[in-house]
Amino acid sequence: MATRSPEYFTHQGYEVLETLDGDRMILSVGPHHPSTHGVLRLILELEGETVVRCTPEIGFLHTGIEKTAENLTWQQAITVIDRMDYLSPLSNNLGYVLAVEKLLGLEVPPRAVTVRLLLAELMRIASHLVWLGTTGLDLGVQSMIMYAFDLREGILDMFEEVSGARMNPSYFRVGGLAADLTPEFERMLRDWLQRFPKRYEELRALMEENPIFLDRVRGVGAISQEDAIAWGLTGPNLRATGVSYDVRKAFPYMGYETYDFEVPVGTAGDTYDRYMVRVLEMWESYKLVQQALERLPDGPWQTDDRKIVRPPKHEVRESMEQLIHHFKIVSYGFDVPAGEVYVPIESPRGEFGVYLVSNGTNKPWRVRVRPPSFYNVMAIPKMLEGNLIADLVSVVATVDPVFGEVDR
Amino acid sequence: MVADSLVAVTIRSLVLIIVLLTVFAYLMLFERKFLGWFHLRLGPNRTGPWGLAQPIADGVKMIFKEDIIPRDADRFIFKLAPVISLFVAFAAFAVIPVGPPLKIGNWTVPLSIADPNAGVLVLLAFTSLGVYGIALGGWASQSKYSLLGALRSTAQMISYELTMGMSLVGVILLAGSLRLSDIVTAQESLWFIVRQPVGFILFFISVVAEVNRVPFDLPEAETELVAGYHTEYSGMRFAMFAIAEYVNMITVSSLVTLLYLGGWRGPAFLPPVVWFLLKVSFFVFLFIWMRATLPRLRYDRLMAFGWKVMLPVAFLNLVATAAWVAFR
Repeated sequence: MATRSPEYFTHQGYEVLETLDGDRMILSVGPHHPSTHGVLRLILELEGETVVRCTPEIGFLHTGIEKTAENLTWQQAITVIDRMDYLSPLSNNLGYVLAVEKLLGLEVPPRAVTVRLLLAELMRIASHLVWLGTTGLDLGVQSMIMYAFDLREGILDMFEEVSGARMNPSYFRVGGLAADLTPEFERMLRDWLQRFPKRYEELRALMEENPIFLDRVRGVGAISQEDAIAWGLTGPNLRATGVSYDVRKAFPYMGYETYDFEVPVGTAGDTYDRYMVRVLEMWESYKLVQQALERLPDGPWQTDDRKIVRPPKHEVRESMEQLIHHFKIVSYGFDVPAGEVYVPIESPRGEFGVYLVSNGTNKPWRVRVRPPSFYNVMAIPKMLEGNLIADLVSVVATVDPVFGEVDR
Repeated sequence: MVADSLVAVTIRSLVLIIVLLTVFAYLMLFERKFLGWFHLRLGPNRTGPWGLAQPIADGVKMIFKEDIIPRDADRFIFKLAPVISLFVAFAAFAVIPVGPPLKIGNWTVPLSIADPNAGVLVLLAFTSLGVYGIALGGWASQSKYSLLGALRSTAQMISYELTMGMSLVGVILLAGSLRLSDIVTAQESLWFIVRQPVGFILFFISVVAEVNRVPFDLPEAETELVAGYHTEYSGMRFAMFAIAEYVNMITVSSLVTLLYLGGWRGPAFLPPVVWFLLKVSFFVFLFIWMRATLPRLRYDRLMAFGWKVMLPVAFLNLVATAAWVAFR
């Protein structure tokens, strides 16, 4: 067997393997591997089929998004921020625009706030659907991914309807939205809301009523509360251990405190709990979407601060001042007062925090994102070590990392 | 009267191989079609009407693919392994009769290559040999994924073969013969699925494990081991493993039909061969259905299930059947 020498690995910077004895085997999983959800590389030290040590390696998808954002104006940066967590771009949008608006001290009109909440929750469902589908696929339930994506397709169609883009809508803007909702959107949403509950039950039944599935996830890949907190886990992965920390409840933004929803928590912190927490969260998001749709107020969908958003076309044609605003915003953007701010939101993967520093110009001086996936990935060894190699798939799948976000 | 000369056997073998290869090709197409429908997709529909030329396209593609042999591979064994798999798959089918002997004029054409008086044993022997192809292929690839796949496969096939054999003995006791055509004849009044329901379930589960299909597809567990024992294979050698897998699927489906569902027996409005094909198709469809629906078992659970559940139950079933046969 062409094994590489331990020196090879130490040379690569892994603190592995001077101790590697004869019965153990190093298995490099990824970055190209069917179940690593992108480009995670795990270096496993195996004894038989048991994982003795696991070292995650990240960085294969580094795109320099934070630095790129610092070279774009405040409004333009949204488009690159979008591309971090490519499964829930609107959550990235949301964190960023809330942070910029906090720096600006800007209030957005209630319609914009409600639409943001509604779409962010739809995004959460879409993201969890991808997770559900890939988890099913990883465990061998091939049909799952198609069924889940079919449901997600409806959500993406709605995004396309409002913003023109399916995957990276860049729909939330500093000061409000990119455009108002269309009448067609509401019809599509109501259709989808009607379709969702039945499909949701079917998808759950396909997984949860299958003894093989339950056998594979129960008691596998558990992490204790203390470890979860120490490793900085957030989101469903943390809540599965029983810690009820959800940014939407703990530090409410956009008026989440006025909505009626639960935060599902688990007890054991194992794969099954992570699965249940996410599945139940989809239902809570469904409730939130319904509530937001009911209370969707009429009115403006962006601020009327003409220094932040472009004035409407008819005003530009009639008024010199508005023309100047228009020209200034398009060519230069707007200045943001000097200062720094950290805004966390609850993305589908956990606490998505945006830290911004402004030096008073039209571009951010520093953009730094706290991506929940990064912390979640780092806890994988904690969950995996001592388990079997077959549990690798269920652990990685239920941690639900997105590498666009981990590597940025 | 029976023209069982060497020529006749050769002709029958050639016919069988051609038929099996064609069936394999279209089975592949139907599997993809059915999976597509299960998945809310269309399945292959671009090559030819209704995708009917897809198997030809697949074949051409496989033949023209570059044949890659890993640098560190054991070249001889690496090349030998798929041949073993394929040979064993075809050879096992030789003893399977697909219908009663056909009478054309005063020629009697048996619908199997051979119908030896120990047909079941021959079948078991050949299906057991199949593990060599997988184990050697995985070992010779010099890849860790292949190695793990091969190890799993060996362990799995050996453990499930025991159960398979045990549950088979029940049928043999009832039929009083190892010859497959005698077993079919013995089911004239009542199919053995009625008299051996437990044996049937055990046998079906173990053959699923035997041919490495979902939920027992651990040797090639896609999401863990990439492709298991055939990770490093490409082109025609890979295709040989694929053909072997599908032919095995047909073989075991035929076996279940012969042993438990009365073989080619059925109401007279259809010819016996058609009944046989219908029953086999049903089981093949079952394989595809399970593939679309079920998750994969974990390796340790699979072994525990095999040794701690299946085998004891098979023993009990055997003892009960034997007692019944002895004291009835």
